[in-house]
Amino acid sequence: MEHYKMNLTLKVWRQKNSKTEGSFDNYSVKDISSEMSFLEMFDVLNEQLITEGKDPIAFDHDCREGICGACSMHINGEAHGPWSNNTTCQLHMRAFKDGDTIVVEPWRSTAFPVLKDLIVDRSAFDRIIQAGGYISVNTGNAVDANAIPIEKKKADDAFAAAACIGCGACVATCVNGSAMLFVSAKVSQLALLPQGDPERKTRVMNMVAQMDKEGFGNCTNTYACEAECPKGISVANIARLNREFLSASLTSEE
Amino acid sequence: MGLTGLFLITFLIVHAGVNACIFVSEDTFNTAAHFMSHNWVLRIMEIGLFAGLLLHIIQGLLLWKQNRAARPVGYTLTDNNRNSKWYSRSMGLLGTLLLFFLVIHISKFFVSTKIALYGGGDADHNLYLEMKEEFAKWWIVVIYLCGVTSLFWHLLHGFGSAFQSLGINHKRYTPIIKTAGTVYTVIICILFALMPLAFFLNWID
Repeated sequence: MEHYKMNLTLKVWRQKNSKTEGSFDNYSVKDISSEMSFLEMFDVLNEQLITEGKDPIAFDHDCREGICGACSMHINGEAHGPWSNNTTCQLHMRAFKDGDTIVVEPWRSTAFPVLKDLIVDRSAFDRIIQAGGYISVNTGNAVDANAIPIEKKKADDAFAAAACIGCGACVATCVNGSAMLFVSAKVSQLALLPQGDPERKTRVMNMVAQMDKEGFGNCTNTYACEAECPKGISVANIARLNREFLSASLTSEE
Repeated sequence: MGLTGLFLITFLIVHAGVNACIFVSEDTFNTAAHFMSHNWVLRIMEIGLFAGLLLHIIQGLLLWKQNRAARPVGYTLTDNNRNSKWYSRSMGLLGTLLLFFLVIHISKFFVSTKIALYGGGDADHNLYLEMKEEFAKWWIVVIYLCGVTSLFWHLLHGFGSAFQSLGINHKRYTPIIKTAGTVYTVIICILFALMPLAFFLNWID
């Protein structure tokens, strides 16, 4: 692919903290390389702002290789921007043309309050995981990894669900602000394996209860989450969550 | 939502079936309509139908309220058509249109049937003739076709969505459910649309 440089106009959401109201500010960046990542372009902009004595734009990032789930920008109307199966940090500037205007917003959800600019508080996800995303193991020597036989298909499905990086794009994208794709991935990765069996019922009940408590919306099966998920988590997991929840609610004695 | 939806989907098959009797003869239709309004099992089920519809509406309103609260500040720019179908995101709107249509529909035909049944001591009631008169008016036909259009998009998403909500998503069966949903939606909506059209365009006597 041919390398090129571009000048861009950025329309970025600026918000001091969770208590104040935010608004868009316009910025121009020049000579941006098509080989840069989207976040590197933001680094260039922030350097520029710092030199000008202005407050740099706050945004979440960590690994910058698409596996940590920290980056979280809503770019031109899409979570993580225009490329599918991709995080913001792995979005490259060749996705844009010279002269483009790019609109960048934070995730918008009651459960993800904006902390500053493009950073949102996603601790609601942590609390959901704490509510049931664990298994019981005996202490002592580590058990042999292959002591329990697991069907290949189930191992694959559990692995695919475990690919969820908890970035929150599903919530950000969902027209209802639902966290069902995230919760279903976290429930599925354990429900599919024998190791997850002891807490199977309480896990799904507790995680769903915590999800509701956090103020996420309800799933209406638009499947937008699957389309925008950087890890391609399947909505088949949501059906599994519904199944697990239904069976746990009907048979639970608590 | 899924359960009540599937219940209403089942009802529509019966409704469309009785409707289709107009294409056999006036008598067949009136006999079917008479049976539907007089059989005591069906009359008990009718209460269940209204309860189901009401529950579906209440569930829908609750979803709408909670989902609105989940995102008080919206996006300035969204490109939803890249990730989902417009009708899957517009079930509330389509449902509201359907409800408006149902109010008109029930006040036209359901109420008159009940008045004949209870008001005049089980008076003779030619529903076929009544429909013929109503569907001679072009604006009634337009309202009905709009109702059927809303129903089409509502069912196209609702059918498959109900199975997903009940936890059924399978590599082999989901494509079958999806096809069945499309076939069901097309057939039901054609049958419903044909009724006012057939009367208006004098396709039947």
